[in-house]
Parts: sequence; structure tokens; C-alpha cells
Amino acid sequence: MAVNTRVALALVALLGTATLVSLGSLPVRSEQSVPSAAHGADLPERLSDAGLFVPGTLRVRLDLLPFSPQYPLWSDGATKRRWLYLPPGTAIDASQPDAWAFPPGTRLWKEFSHRRAVETRLIERLADGSWRYAAYVWNEEGSAALLAPADGIASLPVEGAPGGRYVIPSQDDCLACHEGGPVPVLGVSALQLSPDRDPGAPNAEPRLPGHVDLRDLAARGLLRNASAALLEFAPRIETPSPTARAALGYLHANCGHCHNEGGPLAETGLLLSQASADAAAVNRVLHSTVGQPSETRAFDLDQRVVPGRPEASQLAARMRSRSPLTQMPPLGTQIVDPEGLALIEQWVRQLAPHKENSP
Amino acid sequence: MTRAPLLGTSLAVLLAFSLPPPAHAAAGESAATKPAANAKIERGRYLVTTSGCNDCHTPWVPGPKGPEPDMSRMLSGHPQTEVIPTPPQLPPGPWMVLASGTNTAWAGPWGVSFTANLTPDKETGLGKWTLRNFVDTIRTGRRKGRGREVLPPMPIPMYKHFTDADLEAIFAYLQSIPAVKNRVPEPRPPAS
Repeated sequence: MAVNTRVALALVALLGTATLVSLGSLPVRSEQSVPSAAHGADLPERLSDAGLFVPGTLRVRLDLLPFSPQYPLWSDGATKRRWLYLPPGTAIDASQPDAWAFPPGTRLWKEFSHRRAVETRLIERLADGSWRYAAYVWNEEGSAALLAPADGIASLPVEGAPGGRYVIPSQDDCLACHEGGPVPVLGVSALQLSPDRDPGAPNAEPRLPGHVDLRDLAARGLLRNASAALLEFAPRIETPSPTARAALGYLHANCGHCHNEGGPLAETGLLLSQASADAAAVNRVLHSTVGQPSETRAFDLDQRVVPGRPEASQLAARMRSRSPLTQMPPLGTQIVDPEGLALIEQWVRQLAPHKENSP
Repeated sequence: MTRAPLLGTSLAVLLAFSLPPPAHAAAGESAATKPAANAKIERGRYLVTTSGCNDCHTPWVPGPKGPEPDMSRMLSGHPQTEVIPTPPQLPPGPWMVLASGTNTAWAGPWGVSFTANLTPDKETGLGKWTLRNFVDTIRTGRRKGRGREVLPPMPIPMYKHFTDADLEAIFAYLQSIPAVKNRVPEPRPPAS
């Protein structure tokens, strides 16, 4: 399907040329508005020159902080490792508990493996406060990783990846997920690094020795202006049932970066993000899903969540789909997450019909 | 197959002079901002008309001189009442794309696509869209910059090069036209 879509996009370039015969008469357009690969313009071509490793080696620097969010993003079963780098003398500002402000110079790395390392992604905050994104692609031998093109790689042959192929995201893909919420960093937050980890989180990764959490960051002086309550009472999603807690955490991590209150999709009214300091977020998810009309009629379903009936709920149907026309999430995954889907279906089954506020 | 868009573009250019005037700016705007808002909408109307948007987003009907856009349903996309059967399979050869008589349903290697309702209807059109949603869609070729890919024949590879000012003008114009309640069907995947 994705290949067909690429073919189709090539085709539309041709069709578009035919349709746009009148454009030649328009004034010259500003070059400034034409999208470019400027985000990655100054990035090193080789990962080994990009600050992740001890120079001259492939050993991760000791001053990087490994971490593991309690609700991981589903990435088609890839094994992931993550690191945070904060410049010396700087700290994260937690004045807004759910929109941490990271200092310029912050870098975050995430490595994706299918039996071998395939890709390492970088997010970096620049001196002017903007963020840039990059993907590095490992060779089969694991001896080097090179900067991917800004358009990404639609189909990279990788033995061990589902279907034997792997997708490297484009710059637009990076922005789609990381610039749809209050802060581009998704895995380092009060909820994701809470010491009170959810044992029911699908695809959960163990917190290994040395992995930092919320309290570690504070203890090391790397988190400033955090409220006493945030540090004393480890954030957790407060629900009556473990199923609901895990389900809402899953939706937060896999959907909430786009479907949230303050982002560009807020007008859809579908709110799936959680907040460490706002217990009302649980009810917001329910009010925006249960019995609510869906924006589209995909699968001929007209409600986001029908209590007790996952088969009639568009939210679950989209999770069950991997057609590019209907799947959710629309990016970063080519196969269904069986554990995540089973959890969401179980949650929907447990929702009592016509009862609100009973997650 | 390629004649239809070319013919449509010519018609759209001619129709630029007969389109209804844009809605007036909201009451209460200052004397200074009103002309600016009107100028933006006028610019958007010009761009929409000359860039061929009506070719596919306004359903075509038979007219005395042949098929022509039904401007009473201007830019409302594929009519929800027009049920499209499974497209016929084309024999091997150079022909790849089929279009319905309304010019609003298209079949090709991508499946079947239906042109979107661009009017400001809140439930079925762009009524709840923000300028950012619109710009992100055109720039990235994904709905609102983050959803599914926008399908052919929408010429995203060309339109993504519009300036921000032009996209803002186009969006302002689209928000000013009459709302038409018309729920466009979801696209269909290619036959497996």
C-alpha cells in the first residue's frame, strides 16, 4: 500500500503539471516559504561525529542519561534505547509540570533495533530555542550510521523488521509527531518518568540500573522549579481500574502527542493526552471519546468509543487497521500492536453503557 | 483523460468573473482592517479560481455546452448522494486513471479518492479547521500535517510551494464562501 501510494504521488506530479497550467502567470513566490531541509543543514553526516559516542569509539558517552518512559510508543516491536544530554550547568525547568522547558543544547537520542541497530534519531534544541530533528541509518555491520535524507527512506530492507522492511521518517514526519503538543520532547516528562511505573503498560520496558527517573533528575539538580507535590507524590493516572490506567497511559503515549488540548488538532475535540498535575485529564479523555461522534465515517462507524463495544468504536477500528488510509497512528508503524489493541478493546468492553466518569 | 483538467482550468478562469462576491468581513471590524481582509479574500478567490480548485472540488454536471462545474455546489467536493461503484479494471497498457462524470471521484493505483468539501460547513467541511491545519495539509501532503496522506489527483507536489501569504489568502476565501453540508465518502484502498 505504501509503495502504491508513492507510485501515486509520482503520478500526481504529472497530473498536477497538467492542472496547473495557469500558475505560470502568478507573481514570483518568496523563496523563504519553500520547505527545505534546513533543519538538518548543519548536522554531521556521521553519527560518530554527532556527540553520542566517546570520540573514536561507538561507546555511548558517560555523561548521557539513559531513560525509559513507562508508556513506550509502539514501534513495530523494535527494541529501543534512549539517552538525554543536558549541557553542563543547565537544568530542565519544570515550572509547568506537563510542559517542561529544556535548555538550549539539550539533545535526546533514540536507537531502534531489529536484531541489530537500524536507526538512531536525534532531537536537539538550538541556541535560538528552536528544535531540529535527524535520523541516522546504521549499516548492516553496525560499524557506522549516516545521516538520512530529509525525505526519509520509504522502504529500507532490514532483515528482522516486520515484512523485512523499515521506514526512516522524513523531516515532516518528525514534525508531525513532535510538534503537535506543548513540548517536542515526548518521553521525558513527569508522567513518563514517574517512579510509580504502571505494571500494566503494554510493551513496557524494565527500568534498568542507571536509568534516570523524575526523582533522580531532581536529586542531581537537573530539574528546577518542580513543585514539592510533584516530587513527593509520584505522578500516576488515577483510575478505578488497572485496565483503565494502562489504557489511558497507552493512549497518552501513542496518540496524545497529536490529540491534545493545545495542539493543532484541538479543534477535533478528541483529547487523549494525560497530565501529571491535572486529574481532570482522565475525564477529558472519556468526555471526548465515549459516545462522541467521530470526525469521519471510516469503517462506516460514527462514534469514537461505544461503551462495551470495541467492534463499533472507531478508535479501536483505526488501531486495528494498517491501511495508510485509515490506520492510527498514521506514522511510525506498519503492523498492529497486539498487546496495545487488546488492552484498548478490554477497556472499551469494561466501559459501562450510559455511565459517565467510570473509566 | 488529461483533457478534463485542462478544460476545467480554462472554464475556471472564465468563471472567475461570474463567481459570487465574497462574504463581507465580520461586523465590528475597523475601517482599516476591513479593506485588508477583503483584499486577502479577493486574492484567495483569484488563486482558487485560477489554480483549478473548482476542476475537482466542484461537482460537474452536463450543461448546454458540455460538462461544467455546478457552482450552486461550489467547492463542496464529491456529492454524498453520488454512490460510486467499484471502478472497472483497466486492461494492461498506458491508461491508469479513471474519473467520474462529476470529476469528483478518481480511481488509480492509489485506490479511489473523493475530492474534499472545502466549504466552511462545520461538520462536513473546513468549518472547524484552523489556518495552521490548512497550511500543514498543503505543505506536507498529510491531513492537517499529521493524518493520512492526501491522495491524487490533488497536486500537493506543486501546491506545497505556495507562499504562506497565498495559503492564508486561499484559506480566508474558502472560509468566506457559502457552507454546503455534504459528507464526502472516505477513500477506498486499491483492489488487492
